[in-house]
Amino acid sequence: MHKEEKQDNQQVIANQPNKKFNLDADEIEETSPLKETLQQLMKNRMAITGFLIIVFFLILGIFAPILTPYGFEDQDPVNRLLTPSVEHWLGTDDLGRDIFTRIAYGARISLYVGFFAVIGALIFGTLLGIFAGYFGRWIDMLISRIFDILLAFPSILLAIAVVAILGSSLENALIAIAIINIPIFGRLVRSKVISLREEEYVLAAKAQGMKNGRIIMYHILPNSLAPIIVQATLGFGTAILEAAALGFLGLGAQPPTPEWGKMLADSRDFLQLAPWTLIFPGVSIMLVVLGFNLIGDGLRDALDPRMKN
Amino acid sequence: MTEPILEVSHLKKYFDIKGGVFGKSVGEVKAVDDLSFTVNEGEILGIVGESGCGKSTAGKSILRLIEPTDGSVKFEGTDLTDLTSEEMRQLRKNMQIIFQDPYASLNPRHKVERIISEPLLVHGMKSSKERKERVKELLEIVGLEAYHASRYPHQFSGGQRQRIGIARALANNPKLIICDEPVSALDVSVQSQILNLMEELRDKFKLTYVFIAHDLSVVKHISDRVGVMYLGRMVELTDKHTLFEDPKHPYTRALMSAVPIADPDVERERIILEGDVPSPSNPPTGCAFHTRCPYAMDICKEVRPEFENVDDKHLVACHLYN
Repeated sequence: MHKEEKQDNQQVIANQPNKKFNLDADEIEETSPLKETLQQLMKNRMAITGFLIIVFFLILGIFAPILTPYGFEDQDPVNRLLTPSVEHWLGTDDLGRDIFTRIAYGARISLYVGFFAVIGALIFGTLLGIFAGYFGRWIDMLISRIFDILLAFPSILLAIAVVAILGSSLENALIAIAIINIPIFGRLVRSKVISLREEEYVLAAKAQGMKNGRIIMYHILPNSLAPIIVQATLGFGTAILEAAALGFLGLGAQPPTPEWGKMLADSRDFLQLAPWTLIFPGVSIMLVVLGFNLIGDGLRDALDPRMKN
Repeated sequence: MTEPILEVSHLKKYFDIKGGVFGKSVGEVKAVDDLSFTVNEGEILGIVGESGCGKSTAGKSILRLIEPTDGSVKFEGTDLTDLTSEEMRQLRKNMQIIFQDPYASLNPRHKVERIISEPLLVHGMKSSKERKERVKELLEIVGLEAYHASRYPHQFSGGQRQRIGIARALANNPKLIICDEPVSALDVSVQSQILNLMEELRDKFKLTYVFIAHDLSVVKHISDRVGVMYLGRMVELTDKHTLFEDPKHPYTRALMSAVPIADPDVERERIILEGDVPSPSNPPTGCAFHTRCPYAMDICKEVRPEFENVDDKHLVACHLYN
């Protein structure tokens, strides 16, 4: 019986020579780096918590129309500043609008701003960073100095300046947030590319006769993804915070858009009278940012080769 | 006498030392300083020298992986330093390099198949089926199995990785391979396997190697001719038997006397050099070796010795002989 099994095994090996080939196969499984990272991430409780928080808000945003009978614009002057109750889970604001509804719709806005601001900053920052790091010389000088100039201003001040030029709206706030985040990605990518450029496998690619574009796309970029992914996740939280700050200052989404930062600003006057108008949007911002930071930290650990056991 | 396949003349590579507020260049490291030698088709030229003498820089400068500061490199009559980067790129399929560290020279995110087939793709083998076949063939040539193609580099041992590196270098049937200390990162037992493989491949594919190493026994084993480098310059170049039996340059003699002999009873004279290797950012005037040379004369401090034929095909850069 034992013998039969062995024979069977050998046959399998013979049939699939390019798959697992012996009994040690478990050890040298064909794991891709991506798979390993995900496995590592799944072991991290904090990262899972962060992930669940984000999923919660995502569901809240997507299913907002189903989850609540009210519209985010529906005013109800009779029922203004109600305490949380069965009808209004999180109470109502000074115009009688349901706060839960506004937070649910607001989740859409925050995630939308966070996502596109990060994507925009990531694309432009990565491109500039690669050019600066790979080609060096005057290109690096030029791009790095632009980054320095952008970083010399407090980011929120810069965002205010951009919005002041473009006019206040949600989209312009998004563009402003993307712009102030470009140098953060750019510098990160630049430093990574500079170190990778000296790697032997990049030299090898050059020695094979590959063009710069191919070397960058297939050899440098995939190997500099780890810090970019981590920064993008953490940047998500920052972008949402910045969007809320701009909203709070009245430079982001305009009423009646249920933007969390704007909701905070609107509730300032009723702080003592109706604290729930302030607490719930505030807690939402905090939770989302916390969620992204937890995922970001988890990713950093999972992608760091020194943390591998 | 056949035409030399590679002719390196007066090759120089100086690295700028940046300093000061505006990153001005405040000096230069003369990593390779006026290096000249030729390599004949089908031979293995060993280049030895201690750490930091510029062997690797020379190897990379020849392939223009590092742009040389000055001098010329002729490959089959074409001066590589004159080519545009696109012409150079096309020519690269004829000249390859095997790196020292097999752990760093393979892209960790690519499977072996991708690693070996990418040079085929960039030099015009468009059909993926052909490439697959060729990868399989190459893996077998270097002593691996076809199923290894679907694995990642981290799933291999050092020796196996170096075989992958060799397979990659062989992909486009190059004529010249520069081996930049290809075995110094490996265990001794694996070293001999790789060396034997490389010799086999040389015979099979009529390859020419420039074999850079710091291990004299490795160089003695594999090379036809051996060049000795000191501080960015070639001090002696001749065929390996002459070099090991009748070294001329005082530096080579000191080097040879440091080779261990596998017999504890053999008495011999050890030439122990005084001091350290001078800094390549401020090399001595005249002969670079005069600060440590037991036979240094006045002329050595002022005039740089020419790299000349002393005996039949025995080049030495030393005032003692010229």
